[in-house]
Amino acid sequence: MFPLTVENKHVAQLLLSTGTCPRCIFRFCGVDFHAPYKLPYEELLNELQKFLETEKDELVSEVPNPPPKKIRLQELEDGIDGMDNLSQNGEGKVSIIEDGSIASKNSNLNVCNVCLGILQDFCEKEFIKKVCQKVEASGFEFTNLVLSISFPPQLSVREHAAWLLVKQEMGKQSLSLGRNDTVQLKEAYKWITHPLFSEELGVPIDGKSLFEVSVVFAHPETVEDCHFLRAICPDCFKPAKNKQSVFTRMAVMKALNKIKEEDFRKQFPCPPNSPKAVCSVVEIECAHGAVFVAGRYNKYSRNLPQTPWIIDGERKLDSSVEELISDHLLTVFKADSFNFSSSGREDVDVRTLGNGRPFAIELVNPHRVHFTSQEIKELQQKINNSSNKIQVRDLQLVTREAIGHMKEGEEEKTKTYSALIWTNKAIQRKDIEFLDDIKDLKIDQKTPLRVLHRRPLAVRTRIIHSMETHYVDEHHFRLSLKTQAGTYIKEFVHGDFGRTKPNICSLMDVTADILELDVESVDVDWPPALDD
Amino acid sequence: MANEPETPVAASAAEPAVPSLVDRYFTRWYKADVKGKLCQDHCILQHSNRICVTLLSGSHVVLQSGKAIKSISYQISTNCSRLQNKVSGKFKRGAQFLTELAPLCKIYCSDGEEYTISSCVRGRLMEVNENILHKPSILQEKPSTEGYIAVVLPKFEESKSITEGLLTQKQYEEVMVQRINATTATS
Repeated sequence: MFPLTVENKHVAQLLLSTGTCPRCIFRFCGVDFHAPYKLPYEELLNELQKFLETEKDELVSEVPNPPPKKIRLQELEDGIDGMDNLSQNGEGKVSIIEDGSIASKNSNLNVCNVCLGILQDFCEKEFIKKVCQKVEASGFEFTNLVLSISFPPQLSVREHAAWLLVKQEMGKQSLSLGRNDTVQLKEAYKWITHPLFSEELGVPIDGKSLFEVSVVFAHPETVEDCHFLRAICPDCFKPAKNKQSVFTRMAVMKALNKIKEEDFRKQFPCPPNSPKAVCSVVEIECAHGAVFVAGRYNKYSRNLPQTPWIIDGERKLDSSVEELISDHLLTVFKADSFNFSSSGREDVDVRTLGNGRPFAIELVNPHRVHFTSQEIKELQQKINNSSNKIQVRDLQLVTREAIGHMKEGEEEKTKTYSALIWTNKAIQRKDIEFLDDIKDLKIDQKTPLRVLHRRPLAVRTRIIHSMETHYVDEHHFRLSLKTQAGTYIKEFVHGDFGRTKPNICSLMDVTADILELDVESVDVDWPPALDD
Repeated sequence: MANEPETPVAASAAEPAVPSLVDRYFTRWYKADVKGKLCQDHCILQHSNRICVTLLSGSHVVLQSGKAIKSISYQISTNCSRLQNKVSGKFKRGAQFLTELAPLCKIYCSDGEEYTISSCVRGRLMEVNENILHKPSILQEKPSTEGYIAVVLPKFEESKSITEGLLTQKQYEEVMVQRINATTATS
């Protein structure tokens, strides 16, 4: 069923004769259901012509008989030339063509003067197929996708010009045309292309999908169409650091909302002129949103940094906790890069025992995202087999909220440690027993000298919740402690030049030093433990 | 947790089997006879992260037996007190900038003698030791740790050059030997 009615005839005739494609004509006639747009271009063109042919005596009363087809075409071409001249003058006066018969694409309807080809070839199956080929070649695994289409800003200018033209024409019929009475270009484009993409790729389009296919169109020929707006509304086009061009879609839309009709018409032809070429596709890109993997790690080496230790381009220590875990994930998920974060961290020479420390890894632009829990278990095994310096457990896929859990763990949750302490004075069991009875000891720690070069100078109050001593010999004992998050254990033992008070030295009145430190537990119950 | 210690340690050694805190992380530098004043020797501990701690060297006059400290003051001039030093942020803005000979504090002894302690390194003053204000005896009891005078952060570009005017441990020991010889020679 052809969607246009008698009411639409004048507008349709006007638009067609000034170089607007059938689908754009539908939009300006307020056709707001999908089906008509999906019909093939040729068919639409024919139907439109037929529609305009009928009752043509309503349109033209001067010509008594319709001239034969050949002559009609000739007159048409003459009419076209004349018409082009008129539109270039920007006067907006158009002579109505006697016969709407435009037989082939080699007429003035080569490239639509409003959509610049977007609703012509660029929404048809052939183009969609080309895009889908690129998507498939990109090597991403996906079960749905979101389409992100970017049109050149000058389309808004042409849309505006066409709208003014249509409004004027409808005014002659005493009809009004509001902004919302026409269908937006992007809407119509989505109506047509979404089902085509879905069919070709075999997956649904879902606005919430993490897999994004972006197509960017440009039309270099008409780039300067927008420039006149800057003279009239300069404050819409302030240069910003990130933007390549000041004429962004947002800025252009803003200016079009502001500009007065008369001012616009003076500067831009209504109807817009016909371009020589269609839009070009600047890029077709695929990207997948980040996925998150969490777990807990144990560290068994006293010679392994958390992150790569590189000074002046030279690596000081082989590998790092984050690399030993993330490198495998990077490979399997086929991601571009990763961001490793953990619930606190330990020094190079400190082991992490017990249940381990929670961590989360953000995998950026992963090409593979679907894994069964069995596959994740195998991945965990692979990581564990590859190194005896670290081990991971509870490896699992999590959501972005994961990061929040971890930071919470870093700042709020208690940790327990075990330290091997040396004393200069000879000690007996009774000399250390009193430490077992101290509960919730408040200590003040100035920023340790060893991190002062990269941390602000401050005093931090922390609590040592409890301690447990184990006598070793006259100059050594083991100390287990449970402390508030953010406590510097080493400094609590040796005092850091007296800048942590009280400390083991001051409590015992000896000179003490820490020989070994282990993290026994990080008291965060996240990520959820998995049965192995 | 009755774990055996991993590394074998000498059971009754007064010294640990591993180097001390200072030896692990700091390099010792010295300046003898600061400002030309005999035996007013200073020690600078430079951390591997470039931060410097200014202390009295064990051979400093004030640390010799018989000297009693009456008080210590960080008011080095009418308008400047090192206690007013305020540092903020990761980049330590607002710190008082010190040159090598900038005074850090004045030590007043009960015998009437007054000694000025100098920075010995260029950089931003991080903090001065307020513990010795309240208990000056710490300076004499623990001169190489708790009795430190000040913490200074040199400019990143100057991390290496600031020690150019200072003596290494070995050079310092030689100076001490010469000093003793000179003393015994004159006696």
